[in-house]
Amino acid sequence: MSVKGKAYIAGIYEHPTRRAPDKSVAQLHAECAKGALEDAGLTRDDVDGYFCAGDAPGMGPLSMVDYMNLKCRHIDATDIGGSSYLAHVAHAAEAIAAGRCNVALITLAGRPRSEGMATGTAPRLGNPAQPDLQFEYPYSPTVVNMYAMCAMRHMHEFGTTSEQLAWIKVAASHHAQYNPHAMLPDVVTVQDVVNSPIVASPLHRLDCCVISDGGGALVIVRPEIAASLNRPKVKVIGMGEAVKGQMGGNVDLTYSGARFSGPAAFAMAGVKPSDIQYASIYDSFTITVLVQLEDLGFCEKGQGGRFVADGNLIAGQGKLPFNTDGGGLCNNHPANRGGITKVIEAVRQLRGEAHPKVQVKDCSLALAHGTGGSLGTRHGSATLIMERE
Amino acid sequence: MAEKVVGFAGRPDSNPDIKPFWDAATEGRFLIKACTTCGRAHWYPRAVCPFCMSDRTEWREGSGQGTIYSFSVMQRAPVPYAIAYVTLEDGPTMMTNIVDCDFSGLRIGQKVRLVFKPTEGGPPVPMFTPV
Repeated sequence: MSVKGKAYIAGIYEHPTRRAPDKSVAQLHAECAKGALEDAGLTRDDVDGYFCAGDAPGMGPLSMVDYMNLKCRHIDATDIGGSSYLAHVAHAAEAIAAGRCNVALITLAGRPRSEGMATGTAPRLGNPAQPDLQFEYPYSPTVVNMYAMCAMRHMHEFGTTSEQLAWIKVAASHHAQYNPHAMLPDVVTVQDVVNSPIVASPLHRLDCCVISDGGGALVIVRPEIAASLNRPKVKVIGMGEAVKGQMGGNVDLTYSGARFSGPAAFAMAGVKPSDIQYASIYDSFTITVLVQLEDLGFCEKGQGGRFVADGNLIAGQGKLPFNTDGGGLCNNHPANRGGITKVIEAVRQLRGEAHPKVQVKDCSLALAHGTGGSLGTRHGSATLIMERE
Repeated sequence: MAEKVVGFAGRPDSNPDIKPFWDAATEGRFLIKACTTCGRAHWYPRAVCPFCMSDRTEWREGSGQGTIYSFSVMQRAPVPYAIAYVTLEDGPTMMTNIVDCDFSGLRIGQKVRLVFKPTEGGPPVPMFTPV
C-alpha cells in the first residue's frame, strides 16, 4: 500500500517566543497545538491521533495527551531527535491511510535557552546501558565537536572550505532579516562567519544554530477533511526514513542517513531533486546542510561546497531557495530540535504564505529533511516531499 | 597546561559482557572484539557481531597503532581538547582523544599510538598520541 497522497498538512503553527522563562514546557506544547488547530479550522475535539517525541514532558505521549485532555485512538512517540517530527508526519499519513485516525496532532516544544542549557558544548551523561556510552563519554563528545569532525573529514576528502560553509549561514541570514521573530535577524557576510571564534575546529560560532525556546505544531488530516477546510491544500507525496551509525567501526563521516531516506521519498513521490522548488534542510550546523544537500541528490557527493557558494541557497538569487524563515541557523531551534520548523516553512511556501521577500513564485513542490541525534555518531534521517494541490 | 578531567560512565561491570575490556585496561592491555564466525574485528565491543550477528565473538589484543581518520579541537571548553576518530591497524575506527601533543600540528592521516589515561572514578581509557 502506498500512502502517497493519502494525507494533507492542514494546520501549522510556530510559537513566536524565542525566550520563555515564564512558561512551562507543557504549556508551550499546548499553545502550539491550539495554534495549529486554529490554523486548520479544527478543534481539540476533532483530534484522534497524537504524536510527540522526547521533548514532551512525561512518559511518551501520556502526560501531554492528559494535559490537553485529548481522546486519541492512535498515538506514536517515535524519538529520532530533531528529525522526529518529519517521521511523525509520515507515520500520521500511514495511520490515516490505514484508517487508524482522521486528525493527527504533532507537537514539539522546549526551553533550553531559559534553562541555560549548554546545548552544544557540554558532554551529556546518559544511561551506561546505552552500549556505546562507555566508549564515547570519556572523550567528551559534544554536539558541536561531533559535527566538526564531519566537516574536517569533508574538507580533507573534497577540498571543502570554511568560506563555502559560511555561505550557508549567509543565505540563512538573508532570509532571517524578513522574519520579525528571528533570533538573529542581521545579515552576515562570509567574512563575519570565518572571523567568528572557533568553537570546535573547523566550525566557528556562526557555523552553529541558535539555542531558542519555543515550539511548533502540525495537524495532518485525511483527504476528505482537507477538502472540507477553507485552507490551501498541501499533500504529502513522499517520505523516507533511515538510521545511520558507525557501522561496526566502518566509520564514514562524509555522508548521512539522507543518502537512504532521500531516494525513498523521491521514489514514492515520483519526482527528482531538480523538480524541487523549495527545500527546508536541517541546519543544526552549516556542515549539516552541506552533507544533506549532497545526500539528497541536489548535487554530486563532494560538490556541496561549490553548490552552496555565491548565494545559491538565497531566495530570488539562487537555484535552490532553502530555509526561508532563517532556519535553525538564524531563526529558531526550539528544544534543540529543528524538525518541525522545517515542515512549517515548507508548508508556508506551498501555501504562498512565506514572507513576500522570500516567497518562491508558484511554489508547488517542496522538500523538508531532518537529521536527529548526531551526524558524527548515530542519527535518524527523515525526508518529506509535499505538493500544493 | 591544565589536564582535562576524564569522566567514566557507570561502572566497569555496568555491562557484564564488556567487563573484560575494562579489566584488561586496568592492567594496561588494549582489547578489541572480533568474530570467530566471519573473522572481522569491530568497534565498539559487542557480544554479538555487528556484521554477521554471530554470538561467537572473542577478545583479541589490539596492536595499539592507528591513523587519525578525523579530529576536532574543542576550543570552547575550560581546557581545550582534541576529539578524534582513529582507524586502528586492526581494522575498525574508534572514537578517542589525541593527547600529549601540540594540537595545532594535528592532521588527518597522522600515525598515532595508544596511551591509557586515568579516569575519575573509573578504569583507564584508551587514548592516542602522535608517533
